[in-house]
Amino acid sequence: MAEPIIEARGLTKHFTVGRRTVEAVSDLSFAVAPGELVAFLGPNGAGKSTSLRMLTTLIEPTAGDARVAGHDIRREAAAVRARIGYVGQLTSGSYAQRARDELLAQGAFHGMSPAASRRRADDLIESLDLAPFATRTVQKLSGGQKRRLDVALGLMHAPPLLFLDEPSTGLDPQSRANLWQHILDLRSEHGTTIFLTTHYLEEADRWAERVMVMDRGRVVADDTAARLKSELAGDTLTIELPSTAEADRAADVLARLVGGGGPTGEAVGRTGEASITVTRPDGSRLLPQALRTLDEAGLHAVSATGVPPTLDDVFLALTGRTLRESDHGDGAGGESGTSESGTSGSDPSEPAAATDPATEGAYR
Amino acid sequence: MSTDTAPADTDLRPTPVRDTWHVMVRELRPVLRDPFSVTFGLVQPLVFLGLYAPLLIGGSDQPAGQVLQWFVPGVLVMIVLFGTGTVGSNLQYEMMTGSHERTLVAPLSRPALLVGRALKEIVPILAQSLIIVLVSMPFGFRPHPGGLVLGLLVLTVFGVGLGSLSYALALATKGRDWVFWAVQQSLIFPLLILSGMLLPLDAGPGWMRLVAAFNPINWVTRAERAAISGELTDPVVAWGILSAMALATVGLIVGIRGMRRSN
Repeated sequence: MAEPIIEARGLTKHFTVGRRTVEAVSDLSFAVAPGELVAFLGPNGAGKSTSLRMLTTLIEPTAGDARVAGHDIRREAAAVRARIGYVGQLTSGSYAQRARDELLAQGAFHGMSPAASRRRADDLIESLDLAPFATRTVQKLSGGQKRRLDVALGLMHAPPLLFLDEPSTGLDPQSRANLWQHILDLRSEHGTTIFLTTHYLEEADRWAERVMVMDRGRVVADDTAARLKSELAGDTLTIELPSTAEADRAADVLARLVGGGGPTGEAVGRTGEASITVTRPDGSRLLPQALRTLDEAGLHAVSATGVPPTLDDVFLALTGRTLRESDHGDGAGGESGTSESGTSGSDPSEPAAATDPATEGAYR
Repeated sequence: MSTDTAPADTDLRPTPVRDTWHVMVRELRPVLRDPFSVTFGLVQPLVFLGLYAPLLIGGSDQPAGQVLQWFVPGVLVMIVLFGTGTVGSNLQYEMMTGSHERTLVAPLSRPALLVGRALKEIVPILAQSLIIVLVSMPFGFRPHPGGLVLGLLVLTVFGVGLGSLSYALALATKGRDWVFWAVQQSLIFPLLILSGMLLPLDAGPGWMRLVAAFNPINWVTRAERAAISGELTDPVVAWGILSAMALATVGLIVGIRGMRRSN
């Protein structure tokens, strides 16, 4: 691997909430090579944003260190900032500003000349389909338009590394697909390294090349989505038989066929009175053979399905909980209530909910 | 990899002055795009000028021009107190909606993020003050030209200080804008009354005059009155200048410290 563009060693962050100390991120160590597309996947409160905020110099780690784009996040914060793009969870553009003005300001902030800023701003306006709204104030943009402006702001200085915190949360499916297309285009054109967080497992599954599963402040798995699924989850076969007695016999037959226990322990499970289930890395390939074997034993299946695994199955295998349960349940990292997201309502499903339209026009 | 616009290592010297300029230019853009927004902050001073000044004039045996000569400088200070004193809410809003975070990840010097915002206040303060002065002149207000220039200068220094303090308060109350407004509202009226802006403090009880003697806004108000009336050698002018400078110094120090801690 070339020299990593991100290298974290033992990054740890504690927050104090009242008298309690919450360990939001524990001993995070990993490396990302230039050009990779990496997703941090995990439920709300898993520590994804906190990790990103440490890597982007927004908050200082309690312990540990990291080099980002060749510079130390503690000692050379300014150099890191000059080399990274950051798209936060909320809106990067100020509501009172016009979209294009924010791009020009961002260029100036990064030391670009006015002429270079204008050129770059107009390029980005073009490529991110912002032209019809470029002279509107940010507060008048739709969610998808705001998000594309956020990405444009993050790309203004053509950084080699772009961080995105929950880039598609709150967008409708079409805007989400559209945003992803822009991100992927960017990557194929400029080789930009992309590091993002998401709690949409379909998103990590479909787009990311490498998925780091995070839970309760720790990375519990780090691999390609395909390998995570085949190694930690597997296809689930469900075979229905005419009767409970036949299902019992079929379970014995299949247990002999597949050998030892699957990822959930039992070799063959039951999903109902007369149906049996087997989860195996190569499950779908096993299905025809399983049906033949059952036929030879005089057991004729009524129905058979093979369902490929999702990253949710991976998460379940790793943590014993599903992502959805974790999202609504006990976010142990405690993102809400800590100062992590920096907003009062840190439910990322509604990033704009905290905004207050009352200040419209009150800018002076 | 397209890194043509990413700065080279040699470009990473801190550039606080340039950064301050860029922050200020950004803050000014909405004002320039919509100059009418400056008049938004004029509603309150105009109400006082239109509804309160007539009461003062009616209750006084002096001619209207004389009363305005005393009252208008106070209204100018009021512009700063109510306008600039609440600009922290803009930052509060930007912290809530996310754009402040973006500027923190930009390679900007932390003091520049505060100073640029504070310096921007000079523009609305001057624009609003000049409107108030022009509106008052047909009713007999006659500012001393040199004194007005000095008065406006003191006002801008005072505004930069008060604006910085307002930003510092916003930074300190991040995510709890009700605390910002609670502090703001519980300070603004005592400061207003104890500065003799609306009514002279001469008739007040001794303890009030004592407290007012330690209120820098009182000294700024008195300096404005003396300067605008052409009494440039009056010692209160010097006290007003000192008060404004002291406030600006404290405001900038507290504000910059708050900005360094912001995340």
